Amino acid sequence: MGDSRDPSRIRVPFSGQKIQIPGTDIELPMGLDLSRRDVLKIAGYGSLAAFIAACGGTGTTTTTTSVTAKGGSMSLGSYLSDAVPKKGLQDVVDAFTSANGGTKVKVNTVDHGTFQNQINSYLQGTPEDVFTWFSGHRMRFFAKKGLAQPIDDVWNDVKSNFTEGFAASVKGDDSHVYAVPTSYYPWAIFYRKDVFAAGNYKVPTNWDDFKALCEQMKKDNLTPIAFADKDGWPAMGTFDILNLRLNGYDFHVGLCGGQQKWTDPKVANVFKKWAEITPYYSPAFAGLTWQEAAQQLLHKKAGMYLLGLFVSEQFVASGNPDDLAQLDFFPFPDVGSQYDAEKALDAPIDVYMLAKKSPTLGSDSGQAKAFLEYMSKGSSQITYWKASPGAIPTANDADPSQYPALTKKAAQIVSSAKRITQFFDRDSRPDFSGPNSMQGFLLKYLSNPKQDTGTLQGQMQSFWDALPPE
Amino acid sequence: MATSITPAREDSPEAGELVPTRRGGYHVLTRYDRRVLMVMVGIPLLLDVLLIWWPTVSSILLSFTNWDGVGSVTAQNFIGLKNYQFMFSGYTLFWPAFLHNIIWLAWLALIATPVGIFFAVLLDRDIRGTGFYQSVFFLPVVLSLVVVGFIWELQFSPTEGFINNAFGLVKSGKLIDWLGNPRINLYSILIAASWRHVGYVMVIYLAGLKSVDPMLREAAKVDGANEIQTFFRVVFPVMAPINVVIAVITTIEALRAFDIAFIVNQGKNGLELLSILITNNSISEASLVGFGSAIAVILLVISLGPIIVFLSRVMRTAS
Repeated sequence: MGDSRDPSRIRVPFSGQKIQIPGTDIELPMGLDLSRRDVLKIAGYGSLAAFIAACGGTGTTTTTTSVTAKGGSMSLGSYLSDAVPKKGLQDVVDAFTSANGGTKVKVNTVDHGTFQNQINSYLQGTPEDVFTWFSGHRMRFFAKKGLAQPIDDVWNDVKSNFTEGFAASVKGDDSHVYAVPTSYYPWAIFYRKDVFAAGNYKVPTNWDDFKALCEQMKKDNLTPIAFADKDGWPAMGTFDILNLRLNGYDFHVGLCGGQQKWTDPKVANVFKKWAEITPYYSPAFAGLTWQEAAQQLLHKKAGMYLLGLFVSEQFVASGNPDDLAQLDFFPFPDVGSQYDAEKALDAPIDVYMLAKKSPTLGSDSGQAKAFLEYMSKGSSQITYWKASPGAIPTANDADPSQYPALTKKAAQIVSSAKRITQFFDRDSRPDFSGPNSMQGFLLKYLSNPKQDTGTLQGQMQSFWDALPPE
Repeated sequence: MATSITPAREDSPEAGELVPTRRGGYHVLTRYDRRVLMVMVGIPLLLDVLLIWWPTVSSILLSFTNWDGVGSVTAQNFIGLKNYQFMFSGYTLFWPAFLHNIIWLAWLALIATPVGIFFAVLLDRDIRGTGFYQSVFFLPVVLSLVVVGFIWELQFSPTEGFINNAFGLVKSGKLIDWLGNPRINLYSILIAASWRHVGYVMVIYLAGLKSVDPMLREAAKVDGANEIQTFFRVVFPVMAPINVVIAVITTIEALRAFDIAFIVNQGKNGLELLSILITNNSISEASLVGFGSAIAVILLVISLGPIIVFLSRVMRTAS
């Protein structure tokens, strides 16, 4: 997912904005320069905060029939720390304030990576009323831990504005609703129209055509598939799509959730299929960042690139409007399994949630819910999208007429998918998706794709088995 | 001893009164002095306990749990030695990380530190422009390792980086993946770490060399020793205290190795280090606080070795 598009971060989700220049995120790892003492300090703070919070009052009950309230004030914790999305959020917040009887919104913006890394202690401490987050397992996890407030009442008022897919994406394990989805973006294979025209390439619809195209591009001195995995997470995107197409949505979700085993021969098939295209990858990909691989596509050195819509940021940043106009994508080709018909793909959704332990949520509940309702309107999402156009609004009534062709097509590919996943690190346990687990396993595989993956799969499973119960 | 102290005047009991002890003797220190001492010892002790011992002990306790950082630690969280069992037998990254720390130590001890010492010896010979060379080699030391990591990341980048471009590897298409190839990337970042470490060692050693009595060298020369003999037989032994400092610095640098690997790729794909495994497991969303603490305890145990050697040496010289 656009998650952690920055090499120095653990998992930095895409939030629909401009490029992150690697240099701009320097501060994060410094914050992480830690010892076990720091670990303890943070952990200790977390438990202390939890204790204090537990001693506090109980939650509020809504006394009025309306779940929302005007005027007053509320607070919002935001990971939209990059300039572009930050401004987008401010635009929406200002519009909300004037639309909701002057509700004062205190926005607390935290560096994206820091916000994510500290989410545990943040939600147990004194969080803001509303916070920005991701759907998928990452959302359900905090719902289950009792750190998020169910918002079924809000959802009842706004659910008509969302497709069933979005509705399913914001439900917790207890089938309560915990979030309002506000934007999303698909993963697909991106290419330049002019490169395809010059080489007389046709968009491949099946696996054999895809490989034949790769072979042709190789002859034409193009890197057929741009690929970069220094960040660790991009390879998960390829794993996701291959597993979805070869083994189906249910198996993939089961694998992410631990009901299926990594030692399953079906997983071996994924690795085997994957090995058919790794020879076409960018040389030295394990040392490249996704931005560098995107540059290969941009500069016509590579033919195709499987990534999220955020790859367009690099094309925006090139400064030449024609680059963006040439950018197009096609869905992952059929692999010839029964699951091709699902047309499943990764389309991560970003959401807004209520933090249960917020000390002010009791008094601000109405305002916070009004904000969630406001965020579920197409018009507010368009306000945000205008300032920060990297992702697509989720609401049914968002006016698509002003979308550029690429955005329209992106919306279309997602709506035609019968099954949608979030991305590996949003669908699976965070402790299994990190650099020293799944990311490392995939890199190990990629260092020698032809290997017998039995040992690796065994290691993956034993790592999973050693994780504490959730 | 007590008898030699003049009793204070009776009207200033705080300032200089000789306080009788229960055993019938007299305290050497006045009540006031003892209070001052208590504060002076107590505050550092309190800080020490609060900031070092408490986290250390908690870390050890947490290493027996599967606590995920949410809520408080309960009895159900205690899982005995499971974390350790998994670490030693099931966790495929522990031994590689351990080995990488050893390689790091060996590299610094056998390559970077001797080079730093060599530079120091050369620059000690009052060659022309010694100040210039000193500042050149010392320049990287003022940079934080994070910055060093970023600088070298740019040098090592496969397609955009300076090294591959300078050697024409990009043009010829024979890219060397300095940071992505798990067989060489550890050595790539060791070069980056050495870039800084050499200057660090050089400056410390140079300061030590300046304090060596020149008479010793002259005497050695008179006795017919050549340069090499003079250094190894005379100067080096005289520098013993500095050598210990250098050894300790080298060991500490190897044990706390973290920054560069973390900057490069968060310490995966061949750059696993113990400190990084601790971070990635216990900080971040992963929150395997218990398992991360277990790795931390191992690092603590390893660190105790050099600490004990160093302390025993310091105490021996002190007494």
